Amino acid sequence: MQTASILARAQQAAALAAGAAAEVDAKARFPREAFDELRRLKLLGAFVPRELGGEGCSFSELCAASQALAQSCSSAGMVFAMHQIQVASLVRHCGGSAWLRGFLRELAEKQLLIASVTSEVGVGGDLRSSLCAVEADGARFQLEKAATTVSYGAEADALLLTARRAPDAASNDQVMVLLPKKDVSLEKTSDWDTLGMRGTCSPGFRVRASGSLEQILPTPFADICPQTQVPFSHVLWSSCWLGIATDAVSRARAFVRAEARRRAGTTPPASLRLAEVAGTLQTMRNNVLGVARECEELMKSPDGADALSSMGFVLKMNNLKITSSRQVAQIVSEALGICGIAGYKNDGKFSLGRQLRDAHSAALMINNDRIYATNAQLLLIHKDDER
Amino acid sequence: MIDQIRSILKEQGRLSVDVATLSDDADLYRAGMTSHASVNVMLALESAFDIEFPDRMLRSRVFGTIGSIKSALEELTSTRAGG
Repeated sequence: MQTASILARAQQAAALAAGAAAEVDAKARFPREAFDELRRLKLLGAFVPRELGGEGCSFSELCAASQALAQSCSSAGMVFAMHQIQVASLVRHCGGSAWLRGFLRELAEKQLLIASVTSEVGVGGDLRSSLCAVEADGARFQLEKAATTVSYGAEADALLLTARRAPDAASNDQVMVLLPKKDVSLEKTSDWDTLGMRGTCSPGFRVRASGSLEQILPTPFADICPQTQVPFSHVLWSSCWLGIATDAVSRARAFVRAEARRRAGTTPPASLRLAEVAGTLQTMRNNVLGVARECEELMKSPDGADALSSMGFVLKMNNLKITSSRQVAQIVSEALGICGIAGYKNDGKFSLGRQLRDAHSAALMINNDRIYATNAQLLLIHKDDER
Repeated sequence: MIDQIRSILKEQGRLSVDVATLSDDADLYRAGMTSHASVNVMLALESAFDIEFPDRMLRSRVFGTIGSIKSALEELTSTRAGG
C-alpha cells in the first residue's frame, strides 16, 4: 500500500528523470530511470480502480503527475501521459469484459506499460479513420497495421490499437484492440531521430498480431474517442507542456535573481521580460487547470459521456490543445531571451535548448492546422449560446 | 419530413451505404457519416427547415439516426409554431 500522494511519488520519479534528461535527449533513448521508479512507486497502475488492484486515482492527479515529470524530462512526462490515456480508455470502456478486467488487474500488479497504435500509413493523420481491419475467424482474429509512429512501442508491454471492426466496415467504424506484446510481432519501419521529444522513441512499426475476440473493447472507438481519448490526450499533453513552460520560467527566474544579486540596487533589464512571461505562464496554467477541472466534473456526471462529445466541449478541448501548444513554445522562447547566451549554451543550469526543441513538438502532435480546420467547420453550426 | 431528411443525408451525409437501405433507427455514424459530414448535414437541415439548432442539441446522439434528427426538428418547429 502506497502512503505518499500521487504527486509526491511523481516528484520522486521526476528527480531521477531530471538526472537522466540530458542523456535521454542526446541519445534519443527511453527514460528508463524514471520508469523503473514509476513502476516501483506503482504509478503506472494508479488510475486502475481499487477493486482491480489499482488506486483509482483522479484525473487531476494524473495531470499533476504528468506536469511534474515533464518539468524534469519532457519525454518521461509525455510517455507517462500517453500510457495513462491508454489505461483510461481501458478502465472507462472495458464494460463487463472479464478478459479486459483481468488484464487491468495484471497491469496494476505488474505495472505494465501500454503504448498506442492509432497512427497509420495512408490515412493522412486522421485518428478517426483506419485502413487495417480485424479479421475474425471463429473466436480468434488476426490483423496487420502499418503505423507511422508508435511511441515507446519497443519498450511497452502491450499495445492498444485502432482498426476497422471488420474487412467490410466503413473507414470510421473502428474498434480498439488490446494486444499483449507476446502476441505481437513488431517490425521497425523508420527511425526516430527528431528535433525534440527524443526519449519518446516513436518510430514507425509494422504490427502483426493475433488473439482472441475478447481483446476487443466492447465500446466502439467512435465513443471512446470523444469520451476519453480526446479529453485525456489534450489535457494530459497540455499538462506536460505546462511542465516544460514552468521549468523554462524557473530557469529564467533564477537567471534574473542571480543578475539582481550581482548588481544590487539596480533592476536587471531582463526582469521586465520575466514579468511579461510570468503573466503568460499564469494564463496557460489557469487554462489547463480550468479545463482539467471541467473535464473531471463532466466525467463524473451522469450525462458525462454525452456532454464530453457535445460540440461545445469538443471546441473547448481543441482550443486548449491549440493555445497551450502555442504558449509553451512562446514561453520557452521568451525564457531563452531572458537567459541570453547562458540559455543558448547546451551546458549550464540556464540551458534551454532541450526545452525549446521539446516545446516545438506540441503544435505538431496532431497538427494545429488540422484542429483549426475542425474548429472552423464546427463554428459554422455552433452558436455559443450556452455561456 | 423523413423524406426531406433522407434526401439531405443522401446529398451531404457521405454515407458508405445507400440511405434508402437504412431504417429510421439505424446508426448513421456506423453507416460512415463522419463528424465533418454531420456538420454539412446540420447546415443543410437548418437551411431546409429554416431553424437553428441550439448548442444543447449539438451532440452526436441527436444526429445519430434519422429518427433522432426528426425528433429534434419536431421540437424546434413546434416551438416556432407555438410562437
